[in-house]
Amino acid sequence: MSVQIEDSEVDIVIAALHPNLTPFLEAWRPFFSRFHIIVVKDPELDSDLQIAPGFDLKIYTKSDIEAVAKSSSINFSGHSCRYFGYLVSRKKYVISIDQDSLPAKDPSGLVTDAVAQHITNLATPATPFFFNTLYDPFRSGADFVRGYPFSMRCGVPCVLSCGLWLNVADYDALTQSVKPNERNTRYVDAVMTVPVGAMMPASGINIAFDRLALGPALLPGVHFTGEGKRRWETLEDIWSGLCAKVVSDHLGFGVKTGLPYVHREGDGTKPHGSLNKESEKVKLLDDALPFFQSVKISRNATSAVDCVAELSGMVREKLGAVSPVFASAANAMDEWVNLWKSVGAQAE
Amino acid sequence: MATSGSVPTTPLLKDELDIVIPTIRNLDFLEMWRPFFQPYHLIIVQDGDPTRTINVPEGFDYELYNRNDINRILGPKASCISFKDSACRCFGYMVSKKKYIYTIDDDCFVAKDPSGKQINALEQHIKNLLCPSTPFFFNTLYDPYREGADFVRGYPFSLREGAKTAVSHGLWLNIPDYDAPTQMVKPLERNSRYVDAVMTVPKGTLFPMCGMNLAFDRELIGPAMYFGLMGDGQPIGRYDDMWAGWCMKVICDHLGLGVKTGLPYIWHSKASNPFVNLKKEYKGIFWQEEIIPFFQASTLSKEHDTVQKCYNELAKQVKEKLGGLDPYFVKLADAMVTWIEAWDELNPTASASTETAATNGPAKK
Repeated sequence: MSVQIEDSEVDIVIAALHPNLTPFLEAWRPFFSRFHIIVVKDPELDSDLQIAPGFDLKIYTKSDIEAVAKSSSINFSGHSCRYFGYLVSRKKYVISIDQDSLPAKDPSGLVTDAVAQHITNLATPATPFFFNTLYDPFRSGADFVRGYPFSMRCGVPCVLSCGLWLNVADYDALTQSVKPNERNTRYVDAVMTVPVGAMMPASGINIAFDRLALGPALLPGVHFTGEGKRRWETLEDIWSGLCAKVVSDHLGFGVKTGLPYVHREGDGTKPHGSLNKESEKVKLLDDALPFFQSVKISRNATSAVDCVAELSGMVREKLGAVSPVFASAANAMDEWVNLWKSVGAQAE
Repeated sequence: MATSGSVPTTPLLKDELDIVIPTIRNLDFLEMWRPFFQPYHLIIVQDGDPTRTINVPEGFDYELYNRNDINRILGPKASCISFKDSACRCFGYMVSKKKYIYTIDDDCFVAKDPSGKQINALEQHIKNLLCPSTPFFFNTLYDPYREGADFVRGYPFSLREGAKTAVSHGLWLNIPDYDAPTQMVKPLERNSRYVDAVMTVPKGTLFPMCGMNLAFDRELIGPAMYFGLMGDGQPIGRYDDMWAGWCMKVICDHLGLGVKTGLPYIWHSKASNPFVNLKKEYKGIFWQEEIIPFFQASTLSKEHDTVQKCYNELAKQVKEKLGGLDPYFVKLADAMVTWIEAWDELNPTASASTETAATNGPAKK
């Protein structure tokens, strides 16, 4: 049940939060150069972008965003600008990597190809219904272990591949304050499927997905007032990932986590100044947790668009009164569905 | 969140942990484990011919039980303990008086990590059991309590204390734990991938629990670790640990306990005969297709607030829902009930009957 993914089916979407993209693109050149790249410039960034030449690359700026989504209340600034890239892409698969993340080396010192690994993850089946203790059974040198039901060995399509980060791990502001010098040096050589029903934080730093199967569920729902450009100030990807996992589980697809790693530089800033803003976020996920653990999408929803349309109503109903952030998220989800349909994003 | 600071030493727990080893041949493998196992008490469960003498290397503190001992100690209840199958090891869990059990097969040796250092599997299992699990939300950096890791952004703060860990499921380098069909298709495949992670199996997710390299908290989950009816006189084999794992996981999920998998690795040296394995597994391969949906759909209620109550309820459900699949499951359900009766008899709680438990078999030193 593995699929063949052609280079022409992939878009690499990069959110440009800082003007100089050249070092990033040069570092990734061996792995990016075969693919079409969509760069979305943060609408709040004034300076011109510096882009290394020699890529098949299209830039979208504030004016493009306004032309398409002017009447929408969705905030496409900061890290959320990448979602515009998902909207305008016409490829089946999208790979998205943060601007502060470079190719990582494996323990032998070899520079790893995160793009190829994401493509492999998406091309091979996921196994969400039963946990394989040797992790990805489709990897060479591994298989399903004794006791794994044979009827489940075909797996299901993988629609989301969540990669990891060496060096500066994706910690929240509180954890980073307590452990400012901790660096992730542990290279865990595994890809695994996150089981059906299990929730996880799907960091947007290093991610790939099947845009046609899951795209509408990767959505810019949560944007805090005064949210900055640093990852630990955002939860847009976390909210998006929770929605995407629920949708994926409902549609019978799979989500993988693990390889590939990227080497994350981070931006060198310490979160101490932002800790007072953290109290809002600290509670948010805990408030949303019971909702995501129990949410049930109806059988009528057979596509990601249908699922998101239903989810937004349930978010409004069950979480809207808990916090204005959730009420806005529900509105943003509705608008996202409308946008997705109106720009023909479901087309290839 | 997990705390930073210097790496604490793992306690030995030598008076709180028993090592249970089933064997029919010899225990030479213990020589390699001596530096790691010698401080601990061993419970050896001798399967097969009880007249055969099992040679235990000098210097180990152990008690050994053969079939005669099992029959003597359990009387008619001995019928629940498998004969001529390593499933008999669960008798060792029942007679142990310790809080923790580590069980290992006699063809499992000390493995090396990628740096070439010998792996102290027991120490890692102890670390796994003493640290909380995180069954309610998956942490993408795996075990957040490990040195150098933590909970990632987006992990709910209310869940960061974790849950008590009931089971630590280790893995195997070299001969992987494949079923017979896979062994036959890939006779030369060896597991050479060292995955440097411990993780919690999420609540609601089942997995194949292998008994080759396994540790658990006997006080938290012991009665659920019954390895079923296998071997001589039974229609299947090589599903003992699987059966225990599925019962255990349903109960752990219900009671809010965690199950970890991943490190430590041991070196599995012996590939069993795939043709023999196929005969043993054959029915299991088909039955499993009914068994898994059964466990996935199984529910327990608030009144099932101890492992024993959960297990007896499961036994009832097994008889009701799987009894029609094959009469074996009726027998198995009865054996599950017998197991709990025997467990409670040998492990009375303070509030239970004052009748003392049957004594252990004499330590044959």
